[in-house]
Amino acid sequence: MKFKGIKQISQALHSKDISVQELHDIYANRQKQSAKQLNCLINRTPQLAQQQIVAAQALIDSHQGSILTGIPLVHKDLFCTKDINTTCGSRMLENFVAPYDATIVDNLNAVGMVTLAKANMDEFAMGSSNENSYFGAVKNPWDLSRVSGGSSGGSAAVVAAGLAPIATGSDTGGSIRQPAALCGITGIKPSYGRASRYGMVAFASSLDQAGVLARSAEDCAYVLSQMCGYDAKDSTSAQVDKEDFSQNLQQSIKRMKVGIIREWMDGLSAGIKAVTEQAIQKLQDLGAELVEVELPTAHLAVSAYYVIAPAECSSNLSRFDGIRYGHQCQNPKDLNDLYVRSRTEGFGEEVKRRIMVGTWALSTGFYDAYYLKAQKIRRLIAEDFNQAFAQVDIIAAPVSPEVAFKFNAKKDPVSMYQEDIYTVPSSLAGLPCMSIPIGMVDNLPVGLQLIGHNLQESVLLNIAHQYQQDTNWHSQVAEGYHE
Amino acid sequence: MLINRKEVEQIAVLANLSVSEADIDAIANSLDSVVEMINHINEVNTDNIKPMANPMDAVQRLRADVVTETSNKDKLLSMANHADEDYYLVPTVVE
Repeated sequence: MKFKGIKQISQALHSKDISVQELHDIYANRQKQSAKQLNCLINRTPQLAQQQIVAAQALIDSHQGSILTGIPLVHKDLFCTKDINTTCGSRMLENFVAPYDATIVDNLNAVGMVTLAKANMDEFAMGSSNENSYFGAVKNPWDLSRVSGGSSGGSAAVVAAGLAPIATGSDTGGSIRQPAALCGITGIKPSYGRASRYGMVAFASSLDQAGVLARSAEDCAYVLSQMCGYDAKDSTSAQVDKEDFSQNLQQSIKRMKVGIIREWMDGLSAGIKAVTEQAIQKLQDLGAELVEVELPTAHLAVSAYYVIAPAECSSNLSRFDGIRYGHQCQNPKDLNDLYVRSRTEGFGEEVKRRIMVGTWALSTGFYDAYYLKAQKIRRLIAEDFNQAFAQVDIIAAPVSPEVAFKFNAKKDPVSMYQEDIYTVPSSLAGLPCMSIPIGMVDNLPVGLQLIGHNLQESVLLNIAHQYQQDTNWHSQVAEGYHE
Repeated sequence: MLINRKEVEQIAVLANLSVSEADIDAIANSLDSVVEMINHINEVNTDNIKPMANPMDAVQRLRADVVTETSNKDKLLSMANHADEDYYLVPTVVE
């Protein structure tokens, strides 16, 4: 039986062509075959899956199931899953068993989705290559000698290799979009505040957003609709009505205005530029109108982001004291030794670097010059986007300046941070954005970033779905991983 | 250099991290390269621009002061490395 997307899988479940158990077994077997090779999972969750399979089948049998009931998924390992390890890719949380479910996990459990495993990730979601995971780097299914992107690299590899149709992810400065692009799948980060941050281990609280990775925009729409919604447990949750993001998928995109940032396009390598221009041409063929827009302050986004995100990281990660939970050093000689050695042993190199940059930016004498200054740049960037969205419905842009790179290719932090050049501007502005696969360069996938105005997820998903109705890039599968 | 050895030591103290003598120069160099990149934010005049702390410019919401959660004390204490009855255990602070 060949599956295409959630709709087809769900129809098969509801018409009893396949049981929830049989469906689960297909993916569990695929995980057994390939997960080790890709190193994309940290823990499998067979006991939880068994309970959820029984519950999901009961919902379907009593005709109470939804389109998501019985659909298997993998959660990025920064979402708390009750009574199950939640490591955040860190030695600090290697043995941490979450005491409750994250709200987004709760929301997906509520409709009977089946959790197969927890996905590998850069430690505390800090990284663009997954090389910062305590549990080792994730390999890209398209070329095992290359990175899967990060920080949701495990989630992206899971979907690209067909080990689950859906994976959750989180995106602070590009952590869903960049791995989705590098692994040739679709990924969406909603507007800041749409998805609850309750139970999502915090990295940079004013930027962190949960989202979805899947093969198609249509599948993203179904899952994102169920994942999002106001949550009183998250004080930054947006007080907006729940939306069905799939409702506009079929609309024509004729006369939709698509913004292009010429400066970004001109900065691309020839191969990626050609593929990106082809994709934009396709949007035009589908009836969209192209409009050039400018984001005059966006070139400072990486600099501002690497002040704000580390500052918030240093504050958030101060909670790890080695006492209440998390790694504790052996034989501390006093309380201060316990704090310092537990943290020094528990955190990896990149996490410590960001804690130190953030601590420095927030320290006496630097707060105004760096932290407040970066927040002012953030406002200028948000205003640039507001002006652009007065002229266009969405912006089409590159995701990453390059395709998946080799392991250890970027050893200095600044060259790694430049990976985020096209993804952090929309993160700073809190806008919904996604990546869709649009072609190949050197046999490696390339993504197109779609950026929407605040709360315009359904517009993004509409244009992405229309593109995918007319192209096949989202159903491309790497050699050896065909379903 | 914007960040030198002495500053790395000071930052480490503030962050409750320790830096070994063998690593200190490499860390100073890497932090220095990050700060050099960050310094580009000074290229733009931001006089009279209000800092943006939250992308939705949200203000902290208040809620009614009522109990919404049941006690999870035993479960939370069980996650600690060392606990005894109702207490977390740490090395002696006061002799």
